Amino acid sequence: MRIPIDRFTLPNGLRVVLSEDHTAPLVAVNLWYHVGSANERHGRTGFAHLFEHMLFQGSANVGANEHFELVQRAGGTLNGSTWLDRTNYFETVPSNQLELALWLEANRMGWLLPAMTQQKLDTQRDVVQNERRWSMDNQPYGSWWERLPALCYPVEHPFNHSLIGSMADLDAASLDDIATFFATYYTPDNAVLSIAGDFDPAEARAMVERQFGAIPRGQGKPPLPDMSLPPTFGEPLREVVPDDVMLPRLFLAFRSPAFGTDEYYAASVAGAVLGLKKSSRLYRALVREQQVAADAQAFTYDLSKGADLLVVDVTARPETTVEALEAAVHGEIDRMLRETVTQQEIDRVVTLIETELVAALQSASERADRLSMFTTYFGDPGLVNEQADRYRAVTVERVNAFVRERLVHENRASLLYVPRDEAEASEPAPVQGDLAMAEAP
Amino acid sequence: MSTGQPPMPAERPQPTAPRSYHFPRFERATLHNGLRLVVAPVSKLPLVTVLAIVDAGAVAEPADKQGVAVLTAQLLLEGAGQLDGAALADRFERIGASVDSSADWDVAAVSLTALTAQLPEALALVRDLLRTPTFPEREVSRLREERLAELLQQRAEPGTLADEQFSCAVYAPTARYAAPVSGDVASVRGLQRDDVLAFYQERFHPGATTIVFAGDVTMTQARALADSLFGDWTGARPPASAAPVDTAQPGALTRIIAKVDAPQSELRLGHLGIPRSAPDYFDAVVMNAVLGGLFSSRINLNLREAHGYTYGAFSSFDWRRGRGPFTVSTAVKSDVTAEAVKEILLEIDRMRREEIDETELTLATSYLDGVFPIRYETTSAIAAALANLVIHELPGDYYDRYRERVRAVTTAGVLRAAQAHLHPDALRIVIVGDPATIAEPLRAVVGAVEVVTPDVAEAAR
Repeated sequence: MRIPIDRFTLPNGLRVVLSEDHTAPLVAVNLWYHVGSANERHGRTGFAHLFEHMLFQGSANVGANEHFELVQRAGGTLNGSTWLDRTNYFETVPSNQLELALWLEANRMGWLLPAMTQQKLDTQRDVVQNERRWSMDNQPYGSWWERLPALCYPVEHPFNHSLIGSMADLDAASLDDIATFFATYYTPDNAVLSIAGDFDPAEARAMVERQFGAIPRGQGKPPLPDMSLPPTFGEPLREVVPDDVMLPRLFLAFRSPAFGTDEYYAASVAGAVLGLKKSSRLYRALVREQQVAADAQAFTYDLSKGADLLVVDVTARPETTVEALEAAVHGEIDRMLRETVTQQEIDRVVTLIETELVAALQSASERADRLSMFTTYFGDPGLVNEQADRYRAVTVERVNAFVRERLVHENRASLLYVPRDEAEASEPAPVQGDLAMAEAP
Repeated sequence: MSTGQPPMPAERPQPTAPRSYHFPRFERATLHNGLRLVVAPVSKLPLVTVLAIVDAGAVAEPADKQGVAVLTAQLLLEGAGQLDGAALADRFERIGASVDSSADWDVAAVSLTALTAQLPEALALVRDLLRTPTFPEREVSRLREERLAELLQQRAEPGTLADEQFSCAVYAPTARYAAPVSGDVASVRGLQRDDVLAFYQERFHPGATTIVFAGDVTMTQARALADSLFGDWTGARPPASAAPVDTAQPGALTRIIAKVDAPQSELRLGHLGIPRSAPDYFDAVVMNAVLGGLFSSRINLNLREAHGYTYGAFSSFDWRRGRGPFTVSTAVKSDVTAEAVKEILLEIDRMRREEIDETELTLATSYLDGVFPIRYETTSAIAAALANLVIHELPGDYYDRYRERVRAVTTAGVLRAAQAHLHPDALRIVIVGDPATIAEPLRAVVGAVEVVTPDVAEAAR
């Protein structure tokens, strides 16, 4: 299955990808800016994400709250999200409203600053601090979002620090920061615009030129530091977190090859053999057979620079001790090292992944997002049509080479959550040092 | 910034002429044994979703077997015909098919999405699990223990705890809706294989089953597959599920479930709602959209965008065959809990007091009208929509008429729905939060406030 792809670049550097599909009268617009929390530094964390919120606060021609209202009044859906190495904004609208969506995106790319006020910044800071409380601080295990990268990447590495940001850093963000960040990163030559769905290509191109053509190219952005890392952590890493939880839970992370490389696909397949669905090794062994876990899964962060993470996530059953949980998970990883992965296991996961790809591409929003992603990371939207082939090309030798190189003890980082009461009864308080999140006084 | 502003952009563009859209055409058929088929051929991609729904939801459970509906549905995947659970999972996954089985208040549902080429093999497995599940003792006990682990876990999740305690506060203890759909600790602990088997034998019959196909398949193909796999399935149609007991607790109440030092309060506020069959369903949907259903709703704009109290605040009617709850739901910074409650009460009151503006009405109606095609991009969304027709006995032209009915809602209809279905004098307010910070300020807003520990709340169930 292949989706059609057409592309062009405006003189100001904006890369545009079009993918037509006239099944239904709807169209998805998707913008990726190549900036994320990795572009922040310690002491200024959370800014990329706070900035994403500010982009919904209006621009020269769009009032506060009007962005959401105009899209919803048009019968569209919308949102944005921030990740370690990118930020995206997207709408799906009835196809006769395509130019409205483009106009809104162009307005905030070109004319955001006249609409920024201290009051809007203060309110969104409050909103984001509540987002932090809701997703992390008042959520069992919630701190894993920032503890795991902090454990797995060196302190000065761009992926080390918190994406949502510390309360103190969020408090310190100023309107000047907004202006500087905007001028540096929210430029057409640092963005990819994808349009997927029901449109006429010539008309869509004219709309894009009309709406985005006048926005000037940026002045370049500061380069990220060298992000390359050795293939393993070099030694087992471990952090124990006593938390307000009822069941122990282990996040076991492995440093793994960057998204998009041949080795990445082998890593992704190995991860799926371990933790994708009920025939995966972890589910079969820990949930079904040994019954030590209530749930088990594995996933990758899909980071395209430096090093990715493959993460195994297992929650204990109530009667399982912390020690038994750890032993069981490591036992399964050791077994994979010892007994290797079979072709039959690889066939299962590749078939599953292929079906999931087809199912995901039903949605215009997904198609547009993936086109933006492959263009942003690799300059090639056509990679969206090669994913099934990349997975099919993964050999049993490559998977086992990955297993031998990366699932070893010196490449295991354990982030272990234990019920606070149990922790207090059985072991001394762990040293958290610089892994502890910085809190506002 | 060293660069000046670029020239101002073009005027806001006006929409071009809309292209027409119709919900996917579908056909219905009934097999000789009473099993019903609904088939929507959509041939965009080589993919089919099959959704088998059985009249075996939680409201059909015996009174002392809460949770048996969900447990039974989940256990279908844990052994059928000659295959044990591991072998079943392996067979589905080897052909890339994704399968799930669960139950909600009204029905049990087995869903399958597979590439067209794999449909016959995948559907043969679905036949096995619907017709010849084995319910191995070991798996019954494993899933029961996993549910108990989940319940234990949820006591540490403020959002889930608030949801559960809110249901408890809204419904009389005798109402099935008072307890979680998967059952509570006391009931789940008692569930045995015999209970599952009895529930299966009573509820799972061809006459109580509808199979929906959506995707790359024709009626002829679906009919032939269904005939060969389900045509010889026999069994009487079970009694229709009794009308769910959905009585409310009388009066208003504010209850804090203590979570000492919580940085946020998880807040649920509401009361008994209305059933899906309510004659003024569309008025109520639009009313809720304006009040708290949309991002640009009154409650969200007030609590989030004007005050910064929260990451989001929403309201909803939970549409069931019986009277599901009406709920306003949010998580707010602890020290503004009372203010947040006050603002929500004001918004509910304003909704009942005066007609909404025409611009608010059209925001909600043009959103619901325009977003309609976007909701049905995937085979699984289309199958779910068709299942809804069956579950709620909606007319066959329901989706064809949906948009005109939304557009027909008036400001007067919205006011009527608000006055009929919002009850400020019967609000049940449940908050998981820090009593030391929130209790006193709350008393100034609502009067009496109960404070209980999670253990007491659990024991009172």
